[in-house]
Amino acid sequence: MEFPEELKYTEEHEWVMVEEELAVIGISDFAQDALGDVVFVELPEVGTVLEAGKAFGVVESVKAVSDIYAPISGTVEEINEDLIEAPEIINTSPYEDGWMIKIRMDDASEADKLMDAEAYQALIAEES
Amino acid sequence: MTIVGTSGLVLNEKLLFEHSDPGRKGYSLPKLDVPAARLADDLCRKEISGFPELSEVDVVRHFTRLSTWNYGVDSGFYPLGSCTMKYNPKVNEVAARIPGLASVHPATPSHLAQGSLELMYRLQGALAEISGFAKVTLQPAAGAQGEFAGMLVIRAWHEARGSKRSKVLIPATAHGTNPATASLTGYDVVPIASDGVLTLEEVEAHMNDDVAALMVTNPNTLGLFETNIEAICKLVHERGGMVYCDGANLNALMGIARPGDMGIDVMHFNLHKTFSTPHGGGGPGSGPVGVTEELIPYLPGPGVELDGENYRIESTKADSVGRMMAFHGNVGVMVRAYAYIRSMGPSGLKHASEMAVLNANYVRARLEGVYDLPYKSRSLHEVIFSDKDLEGDCHTLDVAKRLIDYGYHPPTIYFPLVVKGAIMIEPTETESQEVLDEFCDAMIAIAGEARDNPDLLHQAPVRSRVRRLDETTAARKPKLKWEKGA
Repeated sequence: MEFPEELKYTEEHEWVMVEEELAVIGISDFAQDALGDVVFVELPEVGTVLEAGKAFGVVESVKAVSDIYAPISGTVEEINEDLIEAPEIINTSPYEDGWMIKIRMDDASEADKLMDAEAYQALIAEES
Repeated sequence: MTIVGTSGLVLNEKLLFEHSDPGRKGYSLPKLDVPAARLADDLCRKEISGFPELSEVDVVRHFTRLSTWNYGVDSGFYPLGSCTMKYNPKVNEVAARIPGLASVHPATPSHLAQGSLELMYRLQGALAEISGFAKVTLQPAAGAQGEFAGMLVIRAWHEARGSKRSKVLIPATAHGTNPATASLTGYDVVPIASDGVLTLEEVEAHMNDDVAALMVTNPNTLGLFETNIEAICKLVHERGGMVYCDGANLNALMGIARPGDMGIDVMHFNLHKTFSTPHGGGGPGSGPVGVTEELIPYLPGPGVELDGENYRIESTKADSVGRMMAFHGNVGVMVRAYAYIRSMGPSGLKHASEMAVLNANYVRARLEGVYDLPYKSRSLHEVIFSDKDLEGDCHTLDVAKRLIDYGYHPPTIYFPLVVKGAIMIEPTETESQEVLDEFCDAMIAIAGEARDNPDLLHQAPVRSRVRRLDETTAARKPKLKWEKGA
């Protein structure tokens, strides 16, 4: 299982990649593995205002339906339309082609509070 | 060990369209003995293209074969947890088919439908007595609508006091539908990461003056009784909120403890879970809602009232959240529930709950040590194991599939989400010790196979009509329509 060093992670198993005022958000390799085959993704519309800690979308696998939580507050700039037709991309490429949304952050410093790869790996070692 | 599963004469069956043969039919008409008259063309239907043409035996075999693919509590052990696959006594069906109850039209004037109205009135009263609430509405069409109705009542109560609270607390151990209900009634859900029995401290940390209600399930979805429920209700009330209880697990409490006495304000019943009406595809549901005295003005309406010696439909009250359904709810289901309550009587209902709890604990005692038991505290009507101790790279799904080879419907799996690889077993209250032993023997044998011959699990099921289905493709690219030649 991979946890790229350049990403930040949440306790709810989302990852965040910060690019100046923008943040790209997806779910971690651990999350996609725990969910199993993803069959459906529901993402917010562009322009939706997200509040950190609140659900912004849904990911459904053969095992379960789970909410996806916003790691950071901001406004949705772009969503990954490819996931609508081919949600399996989340399983095959959780960090690259499987990104979910891109948001314009209200406050970029919020990202500093998230876990780094090392802390996140310690968390999942504890959970599993 | 007796293996009840077999793959003998289990027959495949095509669609009716694929059976069709032009000109084949299942009827014969007498010879025409009057002059033939031709209808005007505009009165005649155009020929339906591809309409199946079959003989009587084709049709009978078609539906009979399909019916043999069905599996229910009448065919065998059905341990689905969280769903309560209660036995449906056949006397309920006899009652529901009494012509006066079965064929009464919902628009029949009250004075010509006294029997049906009396039954509804008495059912309202019986459910209120069993649950400890002041009044019950029978309107909601199923559990989910009952939840919705109950939360609308709470919302109306807050609005009547000018309160604009926007949040609902829901522990992770509540039923999975609760967040959807809170959301649908316009509230933001605040999850409480409860793990086991909900504590006062966990609720206290979240309970502020923006919280309209706490939604709990008792016993919770781990099968554990919420032992702190009285103190929790008191705290929520002191801070201006209401407590909603999902009545899905009332099966464990019926006749023993009453949610109304614990301080709960609103609860829905699932008549198919607790009061033995048919489950799922067996018929429509019914999700009555009980409330405390204070909330009666907001209840959905109308209900049935007794005026002197006559039963009649109430007028809807000004503060009521309104109708949940046209007419009076699913009355046929109410007849079955009422027949169950009256044929069991108070001691019988209590005994059913005791047997539900005893059966689950028997399974727990036999399988503890073979399967990992994540929660050690005393469980009620259902018990949750996990796949943590399974060997041979075998997982919960493999156990579920292998159980089919042994002739058992698998239990609920991968739920609740708080348990990784959950196997949630809830035996029906009417199962004998012999049936439970056979099931437990199968579970123990499967754990042994995982260790000695894991391929048996990975390949399972091998004795069923179809093998392991590709659920992923079925969900991603569902084929919902038959097309000729496709």
